[in-house]
Amino acid sequence: MNSGIFHSTYKADMGLRHTYLEKARWVIFAIFLLAFPFFANRYYLTLANTIGIATIGAIGLNILVGYTGQISLGQGGFMAVGAYTAAILTINMGMPWWASTLVACVVTAIVGALFGIPSLRLKGLYLAIATLASQEIIIWIVTHWDAVTGGVDALVVPAPMLFGITMSSDFNFYWLVWALAGVTALLTANLFRTHIGRAFVAIRDQDIAAEVMGINLFKYKLLSFAVSSFFVGMAGALTAHYRSIVTWERFTVDISVLYLAMIIIGGLGSVRGAFFGATFITLLPATLTNLGRSLKSTFPVVDSILPFIQQAAFGLVIILFLVFEPEGINKMWKDIKDYFRLWPFSY
Amino acid sequence: MQRDFRHTLNSSPLNPGDLQLNVEHVRLGFGGVTALFDVSLSIYQSEIFAIIGPNGAGKTSLLNCISGLYHPQQGSITYHTGNAEHQITKLKPYEIAELGIARSFQNIELFRHMTVLDNIMAGAHVHMKAGLLSSMLYWGKTQREEIKFRRFAEDIIDLLEIQAIRDKQVGELAYGLQKRVELGRALAMKPAILLLDEPMAGMNAEEKEDMARFVLDVNEEHGVTIVLIEHDMGVIMDISDRIAVLNFGQKIGDGTPEEVSKNQDVVHAYLGEDEDANPVKQMNL
Repeated sequence: MNSGIFHSTYKADMGLRHTYLEKARWVIFAIFLLAFPFFANRYYLTLANTIGIATIGAIGLNILVGYTGQISLGQGGFMAVGAYTAAILTINMGMPWWASTLVACVVTAIVGALFGIPSLRLKGLYLAIATLASQEIIIWIVTHWDAVTGGVDALVVPAPMLFGITMSSDFNFYWLVWALAGVTALLTANLFRTHIGRAFVAIRDQDIAAEVMGINLFKYKLLSFAVSSFFVGMAGALTAHYRSIVTWERFTVDISVLYLAMIIIGGLGSVRGAFFGATFITLLPATLTNLGRSLKSTFPVVDSILPFIQQAAFGLVIILFLVFEPEGINKMWKDIKDYFRLWPFSY
Repeated sequence: MQRDFRHTLNSSPLNPGDLQLNVEHVRLGFGGVTALFDVSLSIYQSEIFAIIGPNGAGKTSLLNCISGLYHPQQGSITYHTGNAEHQITKLKPYEIAELGIARSFQNIELFRHMTVLDNIMAGAHVHMKAGLLSSMLYWGKTQREEIKFRRFAEDIIDLLEIQAIRDKQVGELAYGLQKRVELGRALAMKPAILLLDEPMAGMNAEEKEDMARFVLDVNEEHGVTIVLIEHDMGVIMDISDRIAVLNFGQKIGDGTPEEVSKNQDVVHAYLGEDEDANPVKQMNL
């Protein structure tokens, strides 16, 4: 039996995964993701696709909030930029979905970096208000710039095509979303084992020391906004292509708060935490709805107050989470792993 | 170029004894308070230069001026790197860091949620060039660069004898070890000048001895110039080559430890008028 992990090369020591168990877990998860669509019905596929999009958006937000410590309430606005850019390019210029998605990512990255400029002067709550302003500004532009965005009316996006296959069905879109989610996760995990990622974390932990260690705060804060917004824009663009209808109501400040809840509940500053949070926040209302439906037959009175119970339960679960595990689901996952690593010896 | 030392931890191309940093007539004020008043001093390659003075004398303010956190209203700070001289008075902290001036802080300002290893690697930031895209792909050149500096970080870990804690999160370490990691992070910059703000504050005798040994190692084996603020007179008199004394923002004396301990102004500033109570004399230094 091993008494520890011993690496004989620096390359192995710096790998993302170290033990066979970790690698095996990863393979099992990948097999599950690959097999899932063949067994799931349309309802579960829809949920899975929603989780996939939310994972990409949450990883993006986590880069900014969890890793770099720049709190942002502009998530909804940045997703709107991604969604509208992708939709407009596809509708008006006939771009294929992948090209419009890529352009949408880049445009959102630029917009994100622009709205990140106040972060050089503002921290914490003040920055939260500044990003809230950016959220409102973006939504205002979207609803008032009729000529381009169609104002408050919905945009209808044509179905995405890949190699002559329509990708808009839940089954086909599943592969698209989860491939991109996988790439996003890998790119982000890689980023945070290089000097750029360390610069982001350094800014979060101790910005003055970071600057004295040679980190250009302005450059790296804006870079963080840009990288984060790139993935947030991707989530927005995928929403547009998946739902095929883009309206501003999908990107209000509620979404910003919901995404913040995802990364706080999942675990700040971790890719895996973003995935956990996205899964949890997406599945919770769905589970509550199903629960309500099954209760309806036995307690007819539930039907009328169901929406209120759902909202209250949603809030309650989040509060309980913050009280009992402020470091999120990722911490619970770590605790479980630690428990079984020593199991059955508790010392 | 002939030098007695050539090692990875020192990026200065100067020969020992060359003028490296020249502070001239620096005045720094905050509103009505003048923190530094016409301070001038010169620091030479490979010496240990101590700055002492009572609390509030402006020692940390002076270090902050050198590392760019404060910009003095008057005066200039010139930094020499062999073939060039840089006016660093108005530069930003990160630009000064890129020129090779590293520092540690009085109150530990480590990246608390990173491991010891990551803190040291973060210190080497200025030397790492990988771009955003290749970092995200972690391919080829980027990976080689990371591994190269991972190996380099191991040299620093060996030097500071912190092998056992390299994977620990810094926030959970004991105070003395955190101070050591902070020195390590500054060393990872391969500094030409290392500014240490009270590296031994709050330590017990044994920890102070260790820290003094590390500072001497860095200075003697690697030839790094060290500018040191410290309150422990025993340590200062033992390890420094030259000392500057600040009092109420003014420099009231400088020179070798013996000269300073005999300087009447210094003795007065520290001890008042009564010379018999001179603790420096009492310690038989």
